Amino acid sequence: MKKFLLIGLLTCLLAGLSTGLALAQDPQPGLPSDDQVNAIAKQLYCPVCENIPLDVCGTQACAQWRELIREKLSQGWSEAQIKQYFVDQYGDRVLATPPARGLNWLVYVVPPLAILLGAFMLYRAFRAWKQPALPLAESNSSLQSPADEYVRRLEEELRNR
Amino acid sequence: MIANLGYGSLVITFLLSLYGVFAAVYGARRNAPAWVDSARNAMLLTFPLLTLSALSIIYLLVNGNYEVEYVASVTSNSMPMYLKVTALWGGQAGSLVFWTWLMAAFASAVTLRKWDRDREFLPWVIVVALITLAFFLLMIIFFENPFERIWRLPFGQPVKAMFPPAGAELLIQPDGRGLNPLLRHPGMIIHPPMLYLGFVSFVIPYAFAIAALVTGRTDDRWIRLTRRWTLVAWLFLSLGLVLGGRWAYDVLGWGGYWGWDPVEIAAFMPWLTGTAFLHSVMIQEKRGMLKHWNMVLVILTYDLVIFGTFLTRSGVLSSVHAFAQSAIGPLFFVFIGLTLIASVALLLYRWSELKAEAEMTSLFSREALFLLNNLLFLGILVVCFWGVIFPLISELVTGQKVTVGPPFYERATGPQFAALLLLMGVAPLAAWRHSTAKTLGRAIWRPALFSLLVLAAVIVSGVTNWAALLGFWLSAFVASVTLYEFWRGALARHRTSGESLPLALWRLMGRNRRRYGGYIIHLGVVLMAIGVIGIELFQTETQGTIAQGERLTLGRFAIQFDELANFDTPDGRNVARAVVSVYKDGEKVRELYPRRDYYYESQQPMTIPGVRSTWEDDFYVLLVDWQPVSASGATFKVYHNPLVNWLWLGSIIFILGTMVAAWPDKDPETEARMVRRTLVAARA
Repeated sequence: MKKFLLIGLLTCLLAGLSTGLALAQDPQPGLPSDDQVNAIAKQLYCPVCENIPLDVCGTQACAQWRELIREKLSQGWSEAQIKQYFVDQYGDRVLATPPARGLNWLVYVVPPLAILLGAFMLYRAFRAWKQPALPLAESNSSLQSPADEYVRRLEEELRNR
Repeated sequence: MIANLGYGSLVITFLLSLYGVFAAVYGARRNAPAWVDSARNAMLLTFPLLTLSALSIIYLLVNGNYEVEYVASVTSNSMPMYLKVTALWGGQAGSLVFWTWLMAAFASAVTLRKWDRDREFLPWVIVVALITLAFFLLMIIFFENPFERIWRLPFGQPVKAMFPPAGAELLIQPDGRGLNPLLRHPGMIIHPPMLYLGFVSFVIPYAFAIAALVTGRTDDRWIRLTRRWTLVAWLFLSLGLVLGGRWAYDVLGWGGYWGWDPVEIAAFMPWLTGTAFLHSVMIQEKRGMLKHWNMVLVILTYDLVIFGTFLTRSGVLSSVHAFAQSAIGPLFFVFIGLTLIASVALLLYRWSELKAEAEMTSLFSREALFLLNNLLFLGILVVCFWGVIFPLISELVTGQKVTVGPPFYERATGPQFAALLLLMGVAPLAAWRHSTAKTLGRAIWRPALFSLLVLAAVIVSGVTNWAALLGFWLSAFVASVTLYEFWRGALARHRTSGESLPLALWRLMGRNRRRYGGYIIHLGVVLMAIGVIGIELFQTETQGTIAQGERLTLGRFAIQFDELANFDTPDGRNVARAVVSVYKDGEKVRELYPRRDYYYESQQPMTIPGVRSTWEDDFYVLLVDWQPVSASGATFKVYHNPLVNWLWLGSIIFILGTMVAAWPDKDPETEARMVRRTLVAARA
């Protein structure tokens, strides 16, 4: 989201006093720029072209949708309003991610839960595995200088492969 | 005629596979070597038979036999020869045949190579390979037959069938519909075979794992036998993924390389479990632990390979309806389910024999860190799998489809990729068995300090995005740890052996290629990470319609529209090719030719970008639209993709590292055999 806003802002600045700012100030607004349209189109998916965001989709239908966004923008609609308009017309699938309500909560909840569960199991396993201490081995290795210790370890690792 | 020949040899191979499964099981159970040998012969015969089938398809494709539906759907008269040949994997039916052909080749290679050495495993390896083969052949023969022809009936619509319906005549068409233009790209010609090679070769470690479970030889023999296969499988899969990314960047015209499309994810999922497996087998080899877990990983990888093969070409997961209507969708799921249940049942049966020989003793040991790495890879897998499957679940339950797009995957996997990078920096410094915070700290402080200096330099250079700072710091950290490991090892060897430093480094790497190949892979990943950070966090774009001579500005860059030509080519395209001058800081640096190819026969447009590449960035120009009178204006979309070429460089280093790791060692067993033979010869 932030990224898109930033890009939108940046392009407005770059375009200088062209359409972007003119829209805000001019009582007789010109057409919104392609970048303004794309900033919104990027977040939408048409129901026909699977997994291709609207801003890069080459089909005729998608071109018409982009023109529709331009039209709405020139009528003074906000980004949220335009997105809502498409959701009302075509359903939630036009959004890049499912809105977090109803069953859709699952899409956001299941992966973190699964990962937490995995982490918990790993933690339990570690606790079960970890023996109190190996003081002998520890003190032995700390007697050697770090360099010797490294050479010894390297040798061992290279040997059993 | 040729179609019948190809089809016939498919059917014979199918029957032969079933026989082979039976003979191998019977022979192994009854301890009857003759039956096992017969199963082996059946296995070895599948390869020439499938070669015949594949060659038949190629013959039909090259010869323009458009009465065959598959030929008509993927080739046309105007296509060049090399595309006609590679159209073998240009569609679903042909690529399934190609898959089985590769499978037969690999399985035959295994039975030929390992025959005298691993007698007890091989019957079961043959069983697994032939069951897999038989399943795919079943799909092909009954549902996705590439030899089906189109018949004209005296009355009614033409029908598609293998054999002529009563009173029907062949419908000879003058030309085919041609290959999807998106697939007419060198990247797309090599990408599917690489992916399939990766898929198919992962069947081999799985087959050995199952053989180990069935025979009860549950030591790490199966892992040692399949180590190189796994690396080779992983190499091809990685190569396939990278080529796919490059193809998307060059051809799809959206300025990116990875769109979290289900098809991409399908190929990525076995790679994730495969990568986890590559790391965790080392724990079993060194410490005799995690035997159950490695079995789980290899079983998962196999089933994800089947899932991936099915997902990449069928498209049936796009909706519940497509799934229900397709004959192969449910069958694939049944096969995946059955193999999963059978494998897990076997694993449970042998559960107590797979006890760990050692225990985890320290949270900072290398094995503990490898387990964390496994957790993260599996975490990413869960995100991917859930994201691919969820739209179907939603449609099933609520009737409404939803899109699970890139923002979901990016948010859910980003932190996990960052954590993986961190582990990549820490784990190589940790010792097996016991490391303490103190010993680890002693090894880590130098590279950590260096990476902080790099971070400071990045901050000074003006980067303020915190995610980018974290990413660059992690990359610097991993790079310095890895290079430090090379340096420390070479220095130690130089001191003890007196070899010169470069020679010491060379010999050190030669002593354990897998270890140092792995480190080279890590360096490749670092470079790839830099590229990903660059394009993901700093990509900018703009779009505008400009008249001839006008300019469109993006940051320090600008393009000037010079001219546009529109013409037909002999291979059936209409090409609109623009000439634009690229200016950087007001100075002309390059001329680019973004174009739009329109393929008449398939009525599909294709957008080819014009790109100026440097190590610093890519300036990527797309021709979106143009006015009928070309001089009056054209619409361009331009992207600025910082650092993206580090992604490609990193990929190359990644692949080279994998090759170093997979390069055959002198096999101690073969050597011992050679010595024995020489001794025997000397005595005689």
